[in-house]
Amino acid sequence: MEVGAKKRYAYSDAELDRAEGEAIEALKAHSQQPIPDPDKWLDEELRHNILLTTVDAVLNWARRSSLWPVVCFPACCAIELMAAAVSRFDISRFGMEIMRSSPRQADLMITAGTLTWKMAPQIKRIYDQMAEPKWVIAMGACAISGGVFTGSYSVVPGYNRIIPVDVYVPGCPPRPEALLYGISKLQGKIAKRSIF
Amino acid sequence: MTVALSGDEVAGKLKKKFPGSIVESGADSLLVKSESLLEIAAFLKTAPGLEFDYLDFITSVDYLDYFEVVYQLISIKHNHSLVLKSRCYERENPALPSVVSLWRGADFQEREIYDLMGISFEGHPDLKRIFLWEGFPGHPLRKDFK
Amino acid sequence: MAIKTEPFVVNFGPQHPSTHGVFRMRMTLDGEVVVDMEPVFGYLHRGIEKLAEGRTYTQDIPFTDRMDYLASMTNNFAYVLAAEKLAGVAVPERAEYLRVIMAELQRIASHIIAVGTFLNDCGAFVTPFMYMMREREKILDLFDMVCGQRLTYNYMRIGGVSHDIPEEFMPALDKFIREMPGFIDEYDQLLADNEILLARAKGVGILPKKLAINISASGPVLRASGVNWDIRKVNPYSVYDRFEFDVPLGSAGDSYDRYRVRVQEMRQSVRIIRQAMEQLPEGEVWNRMPLRLRPPAGEAYAHIEAPRGELGFYLVSDHSATPYRFHVRAPTLINLTALRDMIIGWKVADAIIIFGSIDICLGEVDR
Repeated sequence: MEVGAKKRYAYSDAELDRAEGEAIEALKAHSQQPIPDPDKWLDEELRHNILLTTVDAVLNWARRSSLWPVVCFPACCAIELMAAAVSRFDISRFGMEIMRSSPRQADLMITAGTLTWKMAPQIKRIYDQMAEPKWVIAMGACAISGGVFTGSYSVVPGYNRIIPVDVYVPGCPPRPEALLYGISKLQGKIAKRSIF
Repeated sequence: MTVALSGDEVAGKLKKKFPGSIVESGADSLLVKSESLLEIAAFLKTAPGLEFDYLDFITSVDYLDYFEVVYQLISIKHNHSLVLKSRCYERENPALPSVVSLWRGADFQEREIYDLMGISFEGHPDLKRIFLWEGFPGHPLRKDFK
Repeated sequence: MAIKTEPFVVNFGPQHPSTHGVFRMRMTLDGEVVVDMEPVFGYLHRGIEKLAEGRTYTQDIPFTDRMDYLASMTNNFAYVLAAEKLAGVAVPERAEYLRVIMAELQRIASHIIAVGTFLNDCGAFVTPFMYMMREREKILDLFDMVCGQRLTYNYMRIGGVSHDIPEEFMPALDKFIREMPGFIDEYDQLLADNEILLARAKGVGILPKKLAINISASGPVLRASGVNWDIRKVNPYSVYDRFEFDVPLGSAGDSYDRYRVRVQEMRQSVRIIRQAMEQLPEGEVWNRMPLRLRPPAGEAYAHIEAPRGELGFYLVSDHSATPYRFHVRAPTLINLTALRDMIIGWKVADAIIIFGSIDICLGEVDR
């Protein structure tokens, strides 16, 4: 094929690019403050000292023992996530070896990598498509605050600008053992939920 | 070892064919005028003894007074290399001829320079932003970008 | 009876299990056959080149780790070679040999992931991937022993390497080198003549030799098309001219050849490591430079043979502590130039195989 071989797209790429660019700028203008972490209900629970019923206990046990993560592999942390998922650090013993490609079938999003403004609308879309109940683990320094790349013109300073985050796992990248510790903390959090 | 040809040596071969187009030739690079860039590049690609059929990389530097675009050319057959440079003195809409018709490897690299530095390449089949989104204000790699 | 069809647009979005990261392809399909394809990337563009201009030369080394995160040692290597060329710094011999050992171990680890994910895409769900990650964990243990990190090492410094190897490193490396050829044979036996792999990868996505040179391809992609161009042989850097090794070449330039070239390169890396271990001299490992290094004004370009291709760094200095311009010659971005040509005419499933065989790493494409 020679240079400048005629493009045979069935769409107008200039229009698509422009529309997507506008969506990114709109999301950027909208996300100037971080979304507060969803943990207010934890304090309330301790204050009222609600005892969990058997139904709650069974539901929470079922939910936390088979969390299915959604495939979302932006950057370097994804490799440690993959390492946590295979032979040595086996995430399958937590019931999580099935990484669902479709967000509709997943309930956990492990954000493994730097978020850029260009990718942000897609992450929001994936998060919105997941069905309740859903949780988010922010893995790595880039996911918590932008990491090494804070201050760059195209990096979002932390996923909590776009989606609410439940557990933060620090590290650059966090070792698989650290990620598994974060997952066990999340399981502890799920165990305290009440459906009432 | 890849022999890095000196700019003077190659300038000697070019002076007769392209009079007045060489601005400066030093030991490690050759600076040419932007108008004659495409012809000189075509000559360097096919001339016997030179035959630079592999474009190693293209990059651009913002020197405040001018933008300098640096090309490194390699010949796989003779295992020698050459650094070719060209400058644009305009700040608002700098432009250079594109070498995509000679070396297709320049495609994405020229788009990247357009995206991040703002230099347009005439003759490029699809010059649009590659890393940043349409509507991003400005060109980040310039020294006066905030 | 002729069926009237219309072209149909499918978006291989940034989130996809087989796109090796956040890469997007807008495909125009006629039925299942790809009529045209537009690659869109930039979803991981973090502005490393701009950020690096605000940090000193030593502070830029961790940035290089995070670009091609599957091959951090070779990234470090290319950058420190460029910085040393710019500043005119000499490196002690023991450090040179250690750098070569680390770079070749990294090549094996990177090709393990490349081959594993390629087979994953071919349909062998995760079985070969799990086997190969088992070997990669051994390499990561070796790196952990030396510099404390599993993925982003920050091991090499301008003027040498940061730490000497501990005592337990050499016996562990020796054990690994003795066992690795056996493991490579184990996978090869299962996969080299595997019917499904041959049917899915042979003859698929051919990159002709002339086109490969014209698009400035490098690394296994170029060598699988039959071009004998390996930077370690044609322009040796560090101490590579003291080792004997072969450069595996392909002939057809299809996806199967790219896979074979990578497997054979792993064997050659084992050979180089064995020779480096035998020749390793005693001595210093770091020719200490001031941490805020101020090289003389000028420019320098250094390139190495990274697992994915020719990785180069172009540095311009203005005699201050931070680089004036930091540019990366990213092999994977340039290798992607031919993707559109290679994919058009094939079916959607083949598009994944072709894309997987080029082996990109988005951190480097987007920087």
